[in-house]
Amino acid sequence: MVSAKKDIMEQLKKEILVLQGFKSVTGESAMDLGLGPIAKAFPNEIFPTAAVHELISTAPEDAAATSGFVTGLLSGLMKAGRACIWISMHRTVFPPALKAFGVDPDKIIFIDLQCEKDVCWAMEEALKCEGLAAVVGEIRELSFTASRRLQLAVEKSRVTGFILRHQPRNLNTIAAVSRWRIVPLPSETTEGLPGVGLPRWNVELLKIRNGKPGAWQLEWAGDHFQPVYPLVYALQKEQIKKTG
Amino acid sequence: MARRFISIWFSHLTTDWFAIRKPDLKKQPFVFALPDHGRMVITAANHLAEAEMVTRGMAVADARAILPSLAVFDDQPERANRLLLALAAWAIRYTPIAAIDPPDGLVLDVSGCAHLWKGEQAYLTDITMRLTTAGYDVRAAIADTVGAAWAVARYGKSNPIIDSGKQAAALFSLPPAALRLPPEILDRLHKLGLYQLAYFTGLPRTALRRRFGPLLLLRIDQALGREEETIEPVEPIVPYQERLPCPEPIVTATGIEIALQRLLEKICARLRGDEKGLRTALLKAYRLDGKIEMITISTNRPSFNTKHLFSLFEPKIAGIEPDLGIELFVLDAAAIEEVSAGQQKLWAGACGLADAGLAELLDRLANRLGNNAIHRYLPDEHYWPERSIKTAIALTENATTPWQAERPRPARLLSIPEPIEVTAPVPDYPPMLFRYKGELHKIKKADGPERIEREWWLEEGPHRDYYHVEDEKGQRYWLFRSGHYTADKTHQWFMHGFFA
Repeated sequence: MVSAKKDIMEQLKKEILVLQGFKSVTGESAMDLGLGPIAKAFPNEIFPTAAVHELISTAPEDAAATSGFVTGLLSGLMKAGRACIWISMHRTVFPPALKAFGVDPDKIIFIDLQCEKDVCWAMEEALKCEGLAAVVGEIRELSFTASRRLQLAVEKSRVTGFILRHQPRNLNTIAAVSRWRIVPLPSETTEGLPGVGLPRWNVELLKIRNGKPGAWQLEWAGDHFQPVYPLVYALQKEQIKKTG
Repeated sequence: MARRFISIWFSHLTTDWFAIRKPDLKKQPFVFALPDHGRMVITAANHLAEAEMVTRGMAVADARAILPSLAVFDDQPERANRLLLALAAWAIRYTPIAAIDPPDGLVLDVSGCAHLWKGEQAYLTDITMRLTTAGYDVRAAIADTVGAAWAVARYGKSNPIIDSGKQAAALFSLPPAALRLPPEILDRLHKLGLYQLAYFTGLPRTALRRRFGPLLLLRIDQALGREEETIEPVEPIVPYQERLPCPEPIVTATGIEIALQRLLEKICARLRGDEKGLRTALLKAYRLDGKIEMITISTNRPSFNTKHLFSLFEPKIAGIEPDLGIELFVLDAAAIEEVSAGQQKLWAGACGLADAGLAELLDRLANRLGNNAIHRYLPDEHYWPERSIKTAIALTENATTPWQAERPRPARLLSIPEPIEVTAPVPDYPPMLFRYKGELHKIKKADGPERIEREWWLEEGPHRDYYHVEDEKGQRYWLFRSGHYTADKTHQWFMHGFFA
């Protein structure tokens, strides 16, 4: 009885999504980017490809963490040798480091530009190109109108776009499907060995269209994302079990 | 269609030119001379000097003995060639294929040109008349082969127009010198009494080859049209060129767009038929006032896609200044490459860097933002971080060495390392704390050092000891100490990047 009711609820939710103009991703093009628990936050539990994602960062350390996280996502999108375009103004991304996140750096074409206007134009042009896996643009300020243009381009070409906004002056709403904030967390090594462990981040999903925002801890384990459950939280769970 | 050639012979090329520049020399015998083995040797003499038996190759002193009033001027070795090039460029008005024939002639490929002047007679007369009025002493002949035209222009006695296929008859009475042969062969022919071509062109070929070498046979064949002879035009022929003359001068951008669209359609249809693709295209707009406006585009991959090529030209149309109007558009495919339709299909489906859409996108980006904006990197065999990557030249270029992922490299690298203040307990230990941009970071975890040498064969300087460190907030950095630990230096630590 309960399960039947749950099924009906799921069905109704999906119908509402369709009514809201959400195009469901078909089975073939649905890609599992290995985000684990985060996937539950997305509509239909599928990472929204063919959309523009916004990632906010304030400190340069956050920007590095953000690019690490995005590269991890790209490694999933760029499977089967697909190419990617990375547009920026003062590029600090170091191509050899991308290899550690499962991306062949020579499959990425970097466009280095002088002014923000050109970045927006190049981003729009790139998003119109159907053969690409993804387009990453480092844009600081983006108006709603400009973001709408990107959204329209993406809807036609089904390319995934990432806008990395580093230290934006005002955090205006843009026509993006989601807004993320990635912050580095202290890493942990196995059994307290010396040295620095795997890259670990606090991934905050501030906004997601038709989904549920949330915050998670994530690690990049060489070739895939790996969720991290904070120790306190795990302990609490155990205690609950014991008392209950 | 039979090919037709004109050979023009300038019997006194340099002296005529000099007399045109200095009209008072027209009535005076003069020569050009150059020093040779310590004496002045005549290199060219005008017709007045030649009438007095002053000829080329004579020493100036001997010539002065014959003709005391002789004027002597210094020659320049390359002058004749320069003059011929200029005359060949002038002759392009008669045919697009004009070549120089050193030391004193021009060869024009006039196949299919003469009817524009209402026949070969009028055509040839027009050329010789114009040159003669300018002051040059010329003889010209028209024939099916370069060799025949050359011979008749220099040694012909009657009609300079040799009808198609009649060159053998015209050549028979000419001396062997008409075959463009070196003096030693001419001497030998002369000694044997072969004063006319008719005497020996019919001899067995093996005998001719044995006695006079293969060159004689080649020249006979070329003159009679048995052997193909090519000429090298001064202005290279662009095989893919389309012209669009406008009856009314064009002054608007819309007009230019329409013209461009038409030209592109024509040229792309031709290219597609020949399985070729365009790499560089040049649109020339000839203005009424004689100026030429030009815009060029280039592509990453051979293309015959009209729409794409037009989109590359479109933003540049604004750069054309029509002024009073444009009367002629010419579209040149300056660089073309082989491409097959099958390849096109393959590219359309291929993903990754081979994708046709990506190539077109990069063309558009490069067209607007310049080629310097687009980079693709390949690994280079250096450990030094700044040198560990190199820019790929083409999209198709593949990495020769694999990307290294064993050593930690920061996701973001500062282009110039920034100095930081550091407290380190013991030499060669990772630092305990450091100050970067006024903020103090306590280091909790660290990896390293990784020593990277500067590669002395490329650059002198201290090595770097890199540390991968993490502070109490979990932010990860790439720090390095430049050089060895020494007591006197204090600021030798740098921040070089941020890890993800």
